[in-house]
Amino acid sequence: MLAVNYRGPYRIRADRDRPMPEILHPEDAIVRVTRTCICGSDLHLYHGLVPDTRVGATFGHEFIGVVEEIGPDVKKLKVGDQVIVPFNIACGKCTFCKQGLFANCHEANPEATAVGGVFGYSHTAGGFNGGQAEYARVPYADVGPMVIPPDLHPDDAVLLTDVVPTGYQAAEMGGIQPGDTVVVFGAGPIGIMAAKCSWLFGAGRVIVIDHVEYRLDFVRKYAQCEAYNFKSLEDPVAFIKKTTDSLGADVCIDAVGVDAAGSAMQTLTGKKLLMQAGAATALHWAINAVKKGGVVSIIGVYGPPANLVPIGSAMNKGVTIRTNQASVKRLLPRMIDHIQKGHLDPKAIITHHIPLEEVPDAYRIFNDKLDNCIKTVLIPPTARV
Amino acid sequence: MEENTRDNVDIKAWSKKGGAPTPKDFAHIKGWGADIDPENDPTYPMRNREKEDHGGYDWERPPLQPVNMEVLHSLERPNITAVFGTAMPPHGLSGQIRRFAFRYSEASYIHWLSLIMADRVNVVEGVIDDLKRGQVPNIYAEKGYKALWKHDRTGLFKKLAVGALVTTAAVALIARKAKD
Ligand SMILES: NC(=O)c1ccc[n+]([C@@H]2O[C@H](COP(=O)([O-])OP(=O)(O)OC[C@H]3O[C@@H](n4cnc5c(N)ncnc54)[C@H](O)[C@@H]3O)[C@@H](O)[C@H]2O)c1
Ligand SMILES: [Zn+2]
Ligand SMILES: [Zn+2]
Repeated sequence: MLAVNYRGPYRIRADRDRPMPEILHPEDAIVRVTRTCICGSDLHLYHGLVPDTRVGATFGHEFIGVVEEIGPDVKKLKVGDQVIVPFNIACGKCTFCKQGLFANCHEANPEATAVGGVFGYSHTAGGFNGGQAEYARVPYADVGPMVIPPDLHPDDAVLLTDVVPTGYQAAEMGGIQPGDTVVVFGAGPIGIMAAKCSWLFGAGRVIVIDHVEYRLDFVRKYAQCEAYNFKSLEDPVAFIKKTTDSLGADVCIDAVGVDAAGSAMQTLTGKKLLMQAGAATALHWAINAVKKGGVVSIIGVYGPPANLVPIGSAMNKGVTIRTNQASVKRLLPRMIDHIQKGHLDPKAIITHHIPLEEVPDAYRIFNDKLDNCIKTVLIPPTARV
Repeated sequence: MEENTRDNVDIKAWSKKGGAPTPKDFAHIKGWGADIDPENDPTYPMRNREKEDHGGYDWERPPLQPVNMEVLHSLERPNITAVFGTAMPPHGLSGQIRRFAFRYSEASYIHWLSLIMADRVNVVEGVIDDLKRGQVPNIYAEKGYKALWKHDRTGLFKKLAVGALVTTAAVALIARKAKD
């Protein structure tokens, strides 16, 4: 089958000779992929920043498709069902799954106890092949996947595998109360969705910070919020203090993660010398820009081994830090409700539909922020016939 | 779609009134306040102490995926998880480095730095594998330079120039070494 084949940092291709996935566990299903996205998280892999990313791996943790085959213990799904596949692989039985911590399942990733199981996200997330392929193996098929409601557009459905619940959870973890000022760092798909969802929790003011002008324009309209370019602010933290009566924002959301721009020191130590796991610039700003006693919600991905963060500032200000990978399964019904009520319009952030065969160019466009790209959907050839 | 909220809402006005905003203040934002929840503080993720959170690793495990390949597992757990990915089992020199890495816990720098090193070695192994299969990897295509050509020609030229510079420098260095 045709599938993505990672060859090394910034090198990726789609090969036709990749082996078909097989049922390896009684609760597995095989899904024929109909749509799959490229995520900001994939860029961390693409840059070679995630340890144990093996050459030959297939990426892709955001996909929907049709069930082609099921294992003997699969009871809820049947062949032919169209499904949303959450990016987390979760057993539904361990103590973490039972608490709704589906991103923290203890039975889905042998390689790292700190990390849950994720499709196509290196061996540090379990060594599963991902959905940027014609077919994918989906473990615990009765736990994560959900049949797509008939009235839901496939472009909305594919964004429910990650972006929508993730942006929502970023706002949720902020513990936003009516009237709060929320600052979101990052105007990528996750930051855009986090800004939009902050209003659902009653935010009084939403401010987004990025340095890519077209994304700032987009988020200003899409999330009806303020948006500022940190390149034209001398000091983004001082700016946020100034615009919040010198006290800071009630809630700061880091929707950037380890690949942040904006600080020469962080870039040097994190991306050039590899003395830390990427650059933690946005988190640095978030901790410093939040009000005393406020909440920092980290949804941007950080990886092992460690990062330079101003923990002293967090300590002295009494900051609460909330963070996790999104628990997609837990949030799906609520997200679908918001889409159906017209509160959220996820598919409006999709700017590119690209055939899977052209995956190297698709990564380059998303990575380099070319052609006003916000979110890219890849379509495998088997989905086009 | 409506533009900037700041023009529509006088935030200072309602915050001076002393109260919290109401849906009327934000009528232009669909769904504003739909999920207001005073209980969402402290918020997710929280430990749920009512459930069997103190039981330890004693839940009824799912059926176990047969292990018929080499699977490295964190030494912070006693076993291989009930399911695991089968992409790219460790092999070659990179595999040896990965095996070494897994002798250390996730709290150890050696663990992660070795894995990063293995990843780099693996890239060279990947090129050799390609060549063995009679395929010369088309690095320009793999790096998506076609998209750069189309959307960002100056960016492409910059990348190529830097590449050429590095190569020239390397060649010069080697040539010097050879003379010495
Ligand atoms: N926790 C989760 O479950 C989860 C799920 C999906 C994605 N993520 C993470 O969320 C992050 C964002 O994902 P995305 O798809 O939106 O990625 P993206 O790369 O499209 O967006 C990141 C944005 O941050 C901007 N940026 C860079 N440095 C910045 C800085 N210092 N301050 C403000 N903005 C800055 C970039 O210009 C870019 O627009 C990534 O780290 C991704 O891995 C987390
Ligand atoms: Zn994602
Ligand atoms: Zn579990």
